Amino acid sequence: MRIFVLVKHSPSPESLLRVSADGKSLDPTCLTYDINEWDRYAVEEAVRLKEKHGGEVVAVSVGTNCDATLRKCLAMGVDRAIKVPAEPGFDASMAAEAVVDVLKCEAFDIVLSGFMSQDANNALVGALAAAKLDIPFATAVTELSVEGGEARAVRELEGGYREEVALPLPCLVTVQSGINEPRYVSIMGIKAAKAKELKDHPVKLGDATVSTERIYAPPTRRAEIISGAPLEVAEKLIELIRSKGVLR
Amino acid sequence: MLSDLTLSEEQKAVREAAREFAEKEFPKYAEECDREEKFPFELLRKAASLGFVGLHIPEEYGGQGMGLLAYCLAVEEFWRVDGGLGMILSTTFGSEMILMFGSEEQKEEYVPPVARGEKICCSCFTEPQAGSDIAAVRTSARRDGDNYTINGVKTFITNGSIADYYVVLARTSPGAPKRSMGLSVFVVERGAPGLEAKKLTNKLGIRASDTAEVYFKDVAVPQGNLVGVEGEGFRQAMDFFNLTRIHTAFQAVGIAQGAFELALEYAKNREAFERRLADFQVTREKLAVMRTKIEAARLLALQAAVEADRGKPDPGLTAMAKYFAARVAQDVVSESLQIHGGYGFMGDQAISRMYRDVRVLEIYEGTREIEVELLARSLLGELPSKLGAVRRHPLR
Repeated sequence: MRIFVLVKHSPSPESLLRVSADGKSLDPTCLTYDINEWDRYAVEEAVRLKEKHGGEVVAVSVGTNCDATLRKCLAMGVDRAIKVPAEPGFDASMAAEAVVDVLKCEAFDIVLSGFMSQDANNALVGALAAAKLDIPFATAVTELSVEGGEARAVRELEGGYREEVALPLPCLVTVQSGINEPRYVSIMGIKAAKAKELKDHPVKLGDATVSTERIYAPPTRRAEIISGAPLEVAEKLIELIRSKGVLR
Repeated sequence: MLSDLTLSEEQKAVREAAREFAEKEFPKYAEECDREEKFPFELLRKAASLGFVGLHIPEEYGGQGMGLLAYCLAVEEFWRVDGGLGMILSTTFGSEMILMFGSEEQKEEYVPPVARGEKICCSCFTEPQAGSDIAAVRTSARRDGDNYTINGVKTFITNGSIADYYVVLARTSPGAPKRSMGLSVFVVERGAPGLEAKKLTNKLGIRASDTAEVYFKDVAVPQGNLVGVEGEGFRQAMDFFNLTRIHTAFQAVGIAQGAFELALEYAKNREAFERRLADFQVTREKLAVMRTKIEAARLLALQAAVEADRGKPDPGLTAMAKYFAARVAQDVVSESLQIHGGYGFMGDQAISRMYRDVRVLEIYEGTREIEVELLARSLLGELPSKLGAVRRHPLR
């Protein structure tokens, strides 16, 4: 099976955030980067598929500074890595375009990616890439298996519901966190990664479809104090819990 | 930062792998192993299966062959989360002596299982009357035909009650002209008749680490268990410490970094007088000075490790790194606890444990006083160190 996994080198959400002087971007100086948390699950799922079905796992990332994340993928068991060296400032559509350019040069059965990125939270690149490739896709997948030329995926819906879908191969799946327990990077993996291929795939990208007008710190959120008679408070509380999907 | 520029991509990857492992795994064990004085065997197995334990040991002897610096970066990351648990990387302690001075047979027999984390090694130098002054060792190894018979008591031995291999310094020539002469090193296996170990409890810190008193009563070892050259034990021990003290410098950098991170987080969230602690000039200065000292210590530790990876550790640079990093760690952990105030003192926070753990760094692997003496000897040309290369000032 030929498995592709899309990964993003993303700032950690725990980084110190500073808006740059232009007011439209984040100052990268204080940011700590790592593999996007959702993509870590996607890589694990991809490697598990390979361990079960055999074949090859290829990681693809877009950006100029993503080498460390691609090497981490190689250390986790990915066989080779492809970097599309795009300068910062590309939007989700451009990232999808870059990925599609790579995938059109390769044969694949399934493409995995994280459900969304921990910085932009768009949850767009996977879906856009699938649309551009005109292949079926499923998002927010919490269980995945591949048998007999199709992928069966359990998707997470709002309110705690699940949906099971079948997708003919080739297809694209974006995985939800918690789908598996991602393995630790081992020293043996780091050593093995040294001999694996990490190649550049330059792509001339089109213009961005989204422009950022302003980035700003959100207003401080305050806790809500529910007041009233005990029964009334309990009802409001139950409604609140229900609205978050904990109760049905 | 310079400390990052010095590292190769692989070394950075090792550091990150160690950080992720320690961040996710250590919190499961830290409090319990400290409270119960329990060695974390399960954690050791996990770390070993990922290749962390034998990072610095050459591949031909079962290790990962990544060099001393890579190993030290893992030590730093492990100690950043918890010092006691970080001692799982010291289960190889003593195997370095075999690697440096042992015969090919000894290296092949004893080092690979230790590098794989299947066996545990310990070094037996200290005795009740011989700590810093290791030339005062009284444990004797008497030549008896094809065997040596070892008698004596060793104390404060890290891994002493859980070790499979004991690397022991003993006196082979009682009548030697100088105390530092006539000492030799042996490797003794667990279960040897006459070898007993008693776990020492109620330590102040690093309580997850095993410490024991080890007794040798007519323990017979074959001649083939002599490590290195008979009578050269003192010199071998000095060379061994020149290497292993670099690990300790990184332990210190790690615990200091951890304590700093806790302090910064606390200072940003704790309010007093309707302001965050981090808004008080007095706290801001503490944080700034802590971070500066840590970076300086890290650079000195890196310098010592890079020097060792280039061929041979420099005793002066090792002593400087260990002395300074351990000193910085005391200061930083103490200041961090100060910032935590009553919550730090009450004992159930990580910083409270760090405050106890950090103390050993100026005591074991060469006390602060010994490190300073080694530094001075290096400066004055009494030890072969780059620190002795001092130009004469033109205005003398």
